[in-house]
Amino acid sequence: MSVLLDHLPELWQGLIVTFQLTAASFAGAAVLGALVCALRVSPVRVLRAIGTAYVESFQNLPLLVLLVLAFFGLPEIGVQAEPLVTAIVVIAVYEAAYVGEALRSGVNSVSRGQGEAARAIGLTFSQSLRHVVLPQALRTVVQPLGNIFIATTMNTALAAAVGVVDLTAAANRVNLVEAQPIPIFVGAGLAYALIAAAVGFTTGRLERKLVILR
Amino acid sequence: MSVLFDEPGPKARRRIRVATVLGVLAAVALAVLAVRQFAANGQLDAARWQPYATWPMWRYLLTGLWSTVLAAVVSAALSMAFGLLLALGRLSHRRWIRLPAAAYVEVVRVVPALLLVYVVLFALPRYGLDLPLFWKLAVPLTVSNAAAFAEIFRAGINSVERGQTEAGLAVGLTPFQTMRLVVLPQAARRVLPSIVSQSVGLLKDTSLGFVVSYGELLYSGKVLAAYNGLLIQTYLVVALIYLAVNVSLSKLARTLEARQAGTLIRFSRRTARA
Repeated sequence: MSVLLDHLPELWQGLIVTFQLTAASFAGAAVLGALVCALRVSPVRVLRAIGTAYVESFQNLPLLVLLVLAFFGLPEIGVQAEPLVTAIVVIAVYEAAYVGEALRSGVNSVSRGQGEAARAIGLTFSQSLRHVVLPQALRTVVQPLGNIFIATTMNTALAAAVGVVDLTAAANRVNLVEAQPIPIFVGAGLAYALIAAAVGFTTGRLERKLVILR
Repeated sequence: MSVLFDEPGPKARRRIRVATVLGVLAAVALAVLAVRQFAANGQLDAARWQPYATWPMWRYLLTGLWSTVLAAVVSAALSMAFGLLLALGRLSHRRWIRLPAAAYVEVVRVVPALLLVYVVLFALPRYGLDLPLFWKLAVPLTVSNAAAFAEIFRAGINSVERGQTEAGLAVGLTPFQTMRLVVLPQAARRVLPSIVSQSVGLLKDTSLGFVVSYGELLYSGKVLAAYNGLLIQTYLVVALIYLAVNVSLSKLARTLEARQAGTLIRFSRRTARA
C-alpha cells in the first residue's frame, strides 16, 4: 500500500493523462460520430456509402494498428504532432465509428410515424429533426454512449504502448522501479474500474430518467 | 425510406443530385490531398512499394497472420469455455458461486487488456511465473475476453423462455440436464452472431502481440519495417490485411444474424415495403 502513496504524484499524473485522453477523444468522437451518423442516414447514396466505408474500416481495424500507423508512419509523409494530440485524434477517429452506429440505431428506433406526423403538420426538415426525431433518438442512446465512453477509457490505455505516459504506463514505470506489482497493478485496475462504475452509474440514472416506453 | 424523409419529389431529387456531386468532389479532393502528401515526401517512389509485390515479403507477413489466427483461435476457445463457466456461475442459486463469478466479470470487463498484458509480462515473472511467449499474449486475452463472453452467454441463456426450463424439469430432467440439453442449445444459436463479432474484437486484441514481442501480424510488421525502413508502406499493408480478415468475419456475423431473424420477419418486412 505504501508503495502507492510513495509514488502518488507519478500515478496521479498518469491518471490525469488518462482523463485528458478519454475526455478529449470522446468529445471528438461525439462530433465526428454525429457527422458519420448524418452521412449514413442521408438520402444521398454516395454520402451513405462514404459513411458505411468509414464505419466498416474503423470498426474492423485494431486501434493499436492505427496508433502505430499514426505514431511511426505519418511522420514519413511529414505529418507530425505532439504524442498526446496524435493519440487523442486517433482514438477519436476510431471511436467515432462506434458513436456513429450508436446514434444511427437511436435514429432508427424512432418510429416512422413520428417523422411522418412531423412532416404532416408542416414542420420543416430541421424542425422535425430538432423537435421530434432527435429528442427521442438521443434518449434511447444514453446507455450505448455510456458503454462507448467506458470502452474509450479502456482503449486510451493502448496509447501507453506507443509511449504516452497514461495511468497504465505510469503503473508500469512505478513497478519497474519498485518491483511490487500486486499493489500497483491492482491499484491501477481499480482506478479504471472506478471510472467505469461512475460512468455506468450516471448513465444508468440518466436513462431511467429519460427512457421512453414504447 | 426512413423516419427522416419521404420518397423524394422533383425538388428533393435535384438537391440529392447536387449533394451527390459535392460528395464525390469532396472524396476525390481528400484522396488527391493524401496522394500529394505522399508524393511530396517521396513515399510514392516505385522502389518503396515494389517490395510488396514480391513473394518473400508476403510470405513473411502471412506467417505473421498465421500466428495472429493461432493466438486468436486458442484465446477464443479458452475464453469461451471459461466464459460459459462464469455465465453458469452467475446464474447459480448458490451465493458462494454467484458472487465471485459476478465480481470477476464486473471488474475484468472494465480493466484494459494492456494492463493485464503488463501484469503477465512484468509482474508474474517476479513470482517465478515466466510464461512462454505465446501464453504471454494468450493468457491476458483469455482473462479479459472470458468476461465479455460470459455476458454474451448469460444474455443468451436469459433469453430462452422460462417455460423451456420448466418443461425440462417437468419431464424429470435434473437442472444440469435441463441446462445442457434444453436451454444451452437454444441459447447457443441465439448468441452466435454476438460470438462472431466478439471474436472480431478478440482478433483485434491480438495486435497486443506488438507489446509482448510475439510474432503476430502487427509485430511482424514492426520487425519488417525496422528491417527495410518502409514504415508507412509496411503498416498500411498490415492494416489492409487486418481489414480484409475482419471485414469477412463481420460479414459472417451479419449473415448469421439475418438467418437468425427468420423467414417470417423477412417476409413481413418485404411486404410492408411493397
